[in-house]
Amino acid sequence: MNTDKSIWVKDLTKKFGDFTAVDAISFEVGKGEIFGFLGANGAGKTTAMKMLIGISKPSSGAAMVAGYDVFHQADLVKQNIGYMSQKFALYDDLTIKENARFFGGIYGLTNTEIKSKTQQLITDLGIQEVVNQNVGSLPLGWKQKLAFSVALLHEPKIVFLDEPTGGVDPITRRQFWEMIYKQAHNGTTIFVTTHYMDEAEYCDRVSIMVDGRIDALDTPTQLKKQFDATSMNEVFLKLARKLAH
Amino acid sequence: MKRFIGFVKKEIYHILRDRRSLFILFGMPIAQILLFGFAITNEINHVKIAILDRSNDEQTKEIIQKINATSYFTVEEYLYRMEDIEKIFKSGRVKAVLVFDKNTAKDLTKEGKTQIQLLTDATEPNTANTIVNYINAILQSYQVELNQNEVKPYQIAVESKMLYNPELKSVYMFVPGVMTIVLMLVSAMMTSISIAKEKEIGTMEILLVSPLHPFQVVIGKVFPYIFLSIVNATVILLLGVLVFKMPINGSMALLAFETVLFIISALSLGLLISTISKTQQTAMMISMVGLMLPVIILSGFIFTISSMPWPLQVISNIVPAKWFIISIKGIMLKGIGIQLLWKETLIMMVMTLIFLGLSIRNYKIRLE
Repeated sequence: MNTDKSIWVKDLTKKFGDFTAVDAISFEVGKGEIFGFLGANGAGKTTAMKMLIGISKPSSGAAMVAGYDVFHQADLVKQNIGYMSQKFALYDDLTIKENARFFGGIYGLTNTEIKSKTQQLITDLGIQEVVNQNVGSLPLGWKQKLAFSVALLHEPKIVFLDEPTGGVDPITRRQFWEMIYKQAHNGTTIFVTTHYMDEAEYCDRVSIMVDGRIDALDTPTQLKKQFDATSMNEVFLKLARKLAH
Repeated sequence: MKRFIGFVKKEIYHILRDRRSLFILFGMPIAQILLFGFAITNEINHVKIAILDRSNDEQTKEIIQKINATSYFTVEEYLYRMEDIEKIFKSGRVKAVLVFDKNTAKDLTKEGKTQIQLLTDATEPNTANTIVNYINAILQSYQVELNQNEVKPYQIAVESKMLYNPELKSVYMFVPGVMTIVLMLVSAMMTSISIAKEKEIGTMEILLVSPLHPFQVVIGKVFPYIFLSIVNATVILLLGVLVFKMPINGSMALLAFETVLFIISALSLGLLISTISKTQQTAMMISMVGLMLPVIILSGFIFTISSMPWPLQVISNIVPAKWFIISIKGIMLKGIGIQLLWKETLIMMVMTLIFLGLSIRNYKIRLE
């Protein structure tokens, strides 16, 4: 067992009755790494991710996240990770400050910590003029950045991003990836699922899930070399085609 | 604890910022109780009637005067021909016509008994029924007066008495009924909708990924509604007592206990609904059809359970509202205590435990 790693997964399996959604996957993610978790719809990405963030119990195998066992220390795992889904789930009828206060509060931050962090967040995002507006009135791109910042409020060691750029425009996506880079540079591990293959190129390493298994795992450069492709899109298609044969 | 307070605070923001839910929570109970109390009532007030007096004697005039003197009836018109009766009914100006035969007064003085004909417009059956009852009562009291002046040693007078609700006030039925509906609505419907909303917008996922225990999440969501339900129940009771002079003959403590028990059972139903619905719409539909309709129809609030066909009578037993209405009517009107209500109380407790058990099971399946 290697506790140096941010995420360490060995033969992790999830079965629903006869159906094996995740079939003995193994991988490691290092500290501060941006790890792309790819796969077609129904390949088992979401199920695998749910096991790692402690809301689904694995059928067998082992996994350590942020140094804690997902089987027995799910509570500690939860305290040390951040999570943001494609829905950018914040409360639309609360203001930015109230959202920050609530989510900071459930992670057990003190009032002073919440106050200073919220101030920091507002300055970083440059949203002073809208702090007292309800989040529902903000454009989607702002909500997404805000949701990311709120997920980072308790300074998690790892952030799980589930298709974080769904439905936002290319410029905002670009800005969002800049935020991700900055955070990874500060030592936070980023675990991200995406459907956009150009985003896969931004990742340090990429895994591609097909039918519950990880069929490819390497840096984007190596993967392109391995599959003799010019882009990640091609890699992805070749993998899918190989499966079809 | 601090997390819990933060959670409740957030929940209160949600409630206060949504005008629709605010209205449902505070406007509706008051509107409903006033509506039911004042507008929808079985009592009659200044009902217009017509008289066809072919006897035209001292006695018939006395009777007419007696009827006209009450606040229930106003004599609108005197008719002189039988044909006019149909005309006036068709015009809709009166609800009833009282017909005295030529011999009415003569029969009364000579033979000691007589007959009066009362025609009512039964297109509104409830009103017609009430009119007949009230006229009968007035005639009876007239009879009693007549008899006072006579010396008749062997007289049997039937005196009926309405127990617990001597004036047959419908508001005595509506206060417990409205309280039940409102508590069901606030506790079950609002809770299930607010939990379904978190699922719909995706925050439920965030909460489950957070270090909060799932049960902390559920209790945090439910707690504000317990408080609101208690406030609502108090408001309704106060309105019932102050505005409609409804008595509370039994123990306040028992009344409070039964009310809280019912609130908890409604909340657990709301939880159960939220575990099976993914969107607010679904939660609302299930609450409406699955909860509100049975509460209105099968609880004994509007329709008498004992006169329903037996399958419905059997089904009514699984409606918690039925047992709650029996309990609070018993406490408020009859003043009975737990020794006579233990069965109803026990049934509600068992139901609550079943609902809670089922929701926990469903909740766990979802987490697996």
